[in-house]
Amino acid sequence: MTLEIRTADDVAVVMLEGTIDSRTAPALEGQLRDLPAKHAKILISMSAVDFLSSAGLRLLLLLYRQVKSRGGQIALVDVSEDIRDVMSTTGFLQFFTLADTEEHGLAALRAQSA
Amino acid sequence: MDTRIDYYPTHEYNGFRFRRGRPMPFGATIVPNGVNFSVFSSAATGCTLVLFQKGESKPVVEIPFPEEFRIGSVYCMIVFDLDEERLEYGYRIDGPWEPEHGHRFDRTKILLDPYAKTVGGRDVWLRPPNWDDIYQHRARLVFEDFDWEADTPLEIPMEDLVIYEMHVRGFTQHPLSGVKHRGTYAGIRDKIPYLKSLGVNCVELMPIFEFDEWENGRRHPETGAWLTNYWGYSTLAFFAPKAGFAATGRLGMQVDELKTLVKDLHRNGIEVILDVVFNHTNEGDHRGPTMSFRGLDNKTYYMLTPGGFYYNFSGCGNTLNCNHPVVRNLVLDCLRYWTAEYHVDGFRFDLASILGRDQNGAPLANPPLLESLAYDPVLARSKLIAEAWDAGGLYQVGSFPAYGRWAEWNGKYRDALRRFLKGEMGVAGEMAARIQGSPDVYPYRGPTASVNFVTCHDGFTLSDLVSYNDKHNEANGEYNNDGANDNNSWNHGAEGETDDPEIARLRRRQIKNAVTLLMLSQGVPMLLMGDEFGRTQRGNNNAYCHDNEIAWVDWRLLEQNAELFRYAREVIAFRHAHPVLRRREPFAHADVAASGYPDISFHGTEAWVPDWDGTSRVLAWMLCGKHARVADDYIYVAANAYWDALFFAPPVLPPGMAWHVFANTSMAPPEDIHEVGKEPRLNDGRIMVGPRSLMVLVGR
Repeated sequence: MTLEIRTADDVAVVMLEGTIDSRTAPALEGQLRDLPAKHAKILISMSAVDFLSSAGLRLLLLLYRQVKSRGGQIALVDVSEDIRDVMSTTGFLQFFTLADTEEHGLAALRAQSA
Repeated sequence: MDTRIDYYPTHEYNGFRFRRGRPMPFGATIVPNGVNFSVFSSAATGCTLVLFQKGESKPVVEIPFPEEFRIGSVYCMIVFDLDEERLEYGYRIDGPWEPEHGHRFDRTKILLDPYAKTVGGRDVWLRPPNWDDIYQHRARLVFEDFDWEADTPLEIPMEDLVIYEMHVRGFTQHPLSGVKHRGTYAGIRDKIPYLKSLGVNCVELMPIFEFDEWENGRRHPETGAWLTNYWGYSTLAFFAPKAGFAATGRLGMQVDELKTLVKDLHRNGIEVILDVVFNHTNEGDHRGPTMSFRGLDNKTYYMLTPGGFYYNFSGCGNTLNCNHPVVRNLVLDCLRYWTAEYHVDGFRFDLASILGRDQNGAPLANPPLLESLAYDPVLARSKLIAEAWDAGGLYQVGSFPAYGRWAEWNGKYRDALRRFLKGEMGVAGEMAARIQGSPDVYPYRGPTASVNFVTCHDGFTLSDLVSYNDKHNEANGEYNNDGANDNNSWNHGAEGETDDPEIARLRRRQIKNAVTLLMLSQGVPMLLMGDEFGRTQRGNNNAYCHDNEIAWVDWRLLEQNAELFRYAREVIAFRHAHPVLRRREPFAHADVAASGYPDISFHGTEAWVPDWDGTSRVLAWMLCGKHARVADDYIYVAANAYWDALFFAPPVLPPGMAWHVFANTSMAPPEDIHEVGKEPRLNDGRIMVGPRSLMVLVGR
């Protein structure tokens, strides 16, 4: 599991790579902890995520809740068909703004009032 | 930093750090930095916690509970730094092997926690398991932080329910069901628009507590077809949802998938009732496997004979000792858990009479378990429905200890309606009671105690009820000896499928008659999945072992029998539209609303002259809308189970009102039924009700 954070305008762009499960989620959570305080809008690129376990899904939802409680927005970009299906079946998908590309994701975030 | 000062380890064993735990709650609970394990055994002499890495054949560690970790008869321990997602756990219990004294401890077995919240080992339906695994059904942990948002149980009043009984897998497993994940919780979710269009507002799911679909698996002696434990009336873990019913079971996400289904059903106004099986477990009798209860505390969990064998009031080998205080608490904990954690709206108890037997099997006048359930704070608004009989000969329809709470599957309703429908003489009088919510059976409890049904999973489908005189269970591999013989069914002239259009038409009419009577009766109607469009099991009335087209809903029939579906949809809508059909109280048989009419009145072919003769095959009744909770229309039903058409004279309405024809089952569609509010006006003082037909008029 690797993580890269950069900013595009006022949006924090998070590139995730690898597997997010109970072994990798705690470290990831530590790295993402301060993000909602600094950025109202977060875009998470999922193109290189190969598997999200239950703990991984919960990490995303936790992040969503933190951002939401501050009135912010969160978008997921380039979610694989498999992960999207699992997220839909388990009810996690409905919380997130989804986009195919980073460009579309950024546009979607800009379109929403923070 | 942790806020509690006692969350630190005091002991270490093979690299695992732990401390004494908390006895309550039972089961495995995620706590800061660790997991609290708590298990009860009244007669164990020792206990060992066995931990596995998910899917590994050998345990990673076996930690014996230090004696000082036992509090009373509870072994409890917090183990730190575990990977909750990849952990599987079980117990070994030390104790005597003394069957004659009720003890069957066996330390060679790794035992499943009775409070396990998810169970691995059967993650994907009928995927061949590793039969050599020393621990077949593995307890796992769950995250209990599902985001329900504003969801709560719906608390729809009992009298307003229209229940739809379904098997999770059977509902969408058919190749043409049109859902993405066939045979799963997610599949039902895809069908929510269908359920809404039908108009049902409650689904009753056949067992979804983890069971082993391989139990009693066998090949048909002649055809070689694989027969399996498809229905699942054989619980393995009372707190765990069936993983094999989840599209995401392979990922261990069945909990979230099921909760998402419940949440979405609620969002669409549909309640969820679970069919729960507390009368026995899947460990069988003394020849059965030791998987959990037998090895943990045989004497507590099972009803035993004086010689240490198993009482068999369930017909399934053993009987859960439900009125033992510890087992009673297990049942309560379980139902509270499903109510609080899964937002389930109610429960239907399989062979519920067993829950009223004492520890030696004798029926109790005031069974503590049933009383506790009725007065439980968490279950206070839950629906409690009893199958008020058991396999030990107890039949308590009408006399089940109800405490003002319990409703019952009304078997008498089913039998009377079937007999009336096929034209038996002298049933009209009993039918008159059944359509009132069976005041003869529930004189004080009122109509909402009566769950009315014509068919349920157990027996013929509605289409088969009117297509077969006899059961045809050869495919079950028991030489047609299984299943009920007393079905009150009638094939109308040919056994099974027929190309005779007259017979086919008559059968369709009888299906409409049945659905109409069901939806127009006081009480709570229950429909079996697929009956609204003529689902068939080819005459099989006991399809418990068929994971195939016998038991699956064939969705092609929805189109082929669109006529039946449309009829059912309209008659359900009619029920929802008319509060006069959904009373809470028994009828007074008097004009308590000063409308000039009694609340209910009975009629024959002539108004006000009911025919209670022993040869009667007709029943007509009128409901006065002024007596409803909120002012409603008048409703008149003329049911003619006779083989010829008969003229009926409906009662004269108050000035300014007129009768309108809602349904006439002798007519071809679209004249067989009309949309609520668009019923054509009746211009005649008499109506002709066709042979084996009924008419429903609405007065406004």
